[in-house]
Amino acid sequence: MADEIILLDFWPSMFGMKVRIALAEKGLKYEYRDEDLFNKGPLLLEMNPIHKKIPVLIHNGKPICESQIIVQYIDEVWKDKSPLLPSDPYHRAQARFWADYIDKKLHLLGQRLWRTKGEEQEANKEYIECLKLLEGELGDKPYFGGENFGFVDVNLMPYFSWLYVFEIAANFSIEAECPKLITWAKRCMEKESVSTSLPDRQKLYDFFLQLKKWHGIE
Amino acid sequence: MAEELKLFRTWSSVFALRIVWALKIKGVEYETIFEDLSNKSPSLLQYNPVHKKVPVLVHNGKPIAESLVILEYIDETWRETPLLPEDPYERAMARFWAKFGDDKVLTSIFWGVFLKEGKEQEEAMVEAMEHLQFLEDELKGKTFFGGERIGFVDLALGWLANMISIFEEVAGLKMVDEDKFPLLAAWMQEFADSPIIKDNWPPRDKLIAKFQALRDAKLAAAASK
Repeated sequence: MADEIILLDFWPSMFGMKVRIALAEKGLKYEYRDEDLFNKGPLLLEMNPIHKKIPVLIHNGKPICESQIIVQYIDEVWKDKSPLLPSDPYHRAQARFWADYIDKKLHLLGQRLWRTKGEEQEANKEYIECLKLLEGELGDKPYFGGENFGFVDVNLMPYFSWLYVFEIAANFSIEAECPKLITWAKRCMEKESVSTSLPDRQKLYDFFLQLKKWHGIE
Repeated sequence: MAEELKLFRTWSSVFALRIVWALKIKGVEYETIFEDLSNKSPSLLQYNPVHKKVPVLVHNGKPIAESLVILEYIDETWRETPLLPEDPYERAMARFWAKFGDDKVLTSIFWGVFLKEGKEQEEAMVEAMEHLQFLEDELKGKTFFGGERIGFVDLALGWLANMISIFEEVAGLKMVDEDKFPLLAAWMQEFADSPIIKDNWPPRDKLIAKFQALRDAKLAAAASK
């Protein structure tokens, strides 16, 4: 029986992007549905009654929520192709640790870059420090996963699609501060699973301007 | 080669207790290093340079940090008495509830209800009750969140079984009413009385003193703004 996979998503969402990349890495066919977050549809509310958020993966009628959990689920179900987590428990723990760090720290700091007035310098500095830490973790490896694109790479790439937006909004440049990360991001973008999962930069920037208006920020 | 296993913890950290419980369930021996967070040891800073927090598990010299990450590592390294289910969907559900516990339940109960007062506390209470209702519903037909025996979600939510009564006493209000949440109240009792768990609770009087001081300090700081 063929698998039925539906992804409830919102195209600019970094969390949604992670799932798209994972599905593409596994070569999976699925139905993509863009949700209107101001007018949430009945399926979203039924499939994620607790958080009412995207992304939600619906696999043969069963919903899985929370992007990191979805990516791990995808990796465990379709384990024979392009494994995202390594097989060794210690390396798996390290991958989970960094994915957690990205979700907790980078996400929060990214929001501070454009939502807080008067704290821009501080926010920029902290964000760069965060990226430098990740750059240190990458070291000389082609990917965070080592020779192969892996779990941490999936989790971090979506932030890089937003980085273009942040650089303009917060007036700073990553290339000078974290050149290795830029090289890594370019390497990842050469993968079809990544390039087809991330939105066009200009489209994202236009969305960002809308978002600022909604939040009442000039 | 003999295994070398060390756990860095504090006497009261609920996150570290998860690891104590997990290692007990797996029947694994280890050395405990108690940390004073106001005076962190060079070892802790070396093993967890990113967050500088407990718990940290060090296995044959290699450190793992973040309690839920550590739990999964323990489950994958010592395969008897599994904490997570085998089926990928059930595993995803377990991870979901553990995350819900940390992101939502802990936030609304500790940061919202316990550390606040007045209107802010009332609002946080409404949220906390919603979160507890989700947990109540999840327990239908089960003794533990893990089913017949203690599992990953029970360890993740286990702090409720002890800390709720501490918070209730210090803050002077009821959070888990047995009439409103009969399954949750029963689970809290069942969990707290389990042989693996009950010998490991930190001393109650010390916890009361610590959290009383914490609440007083927080409320004083908020009032002086």
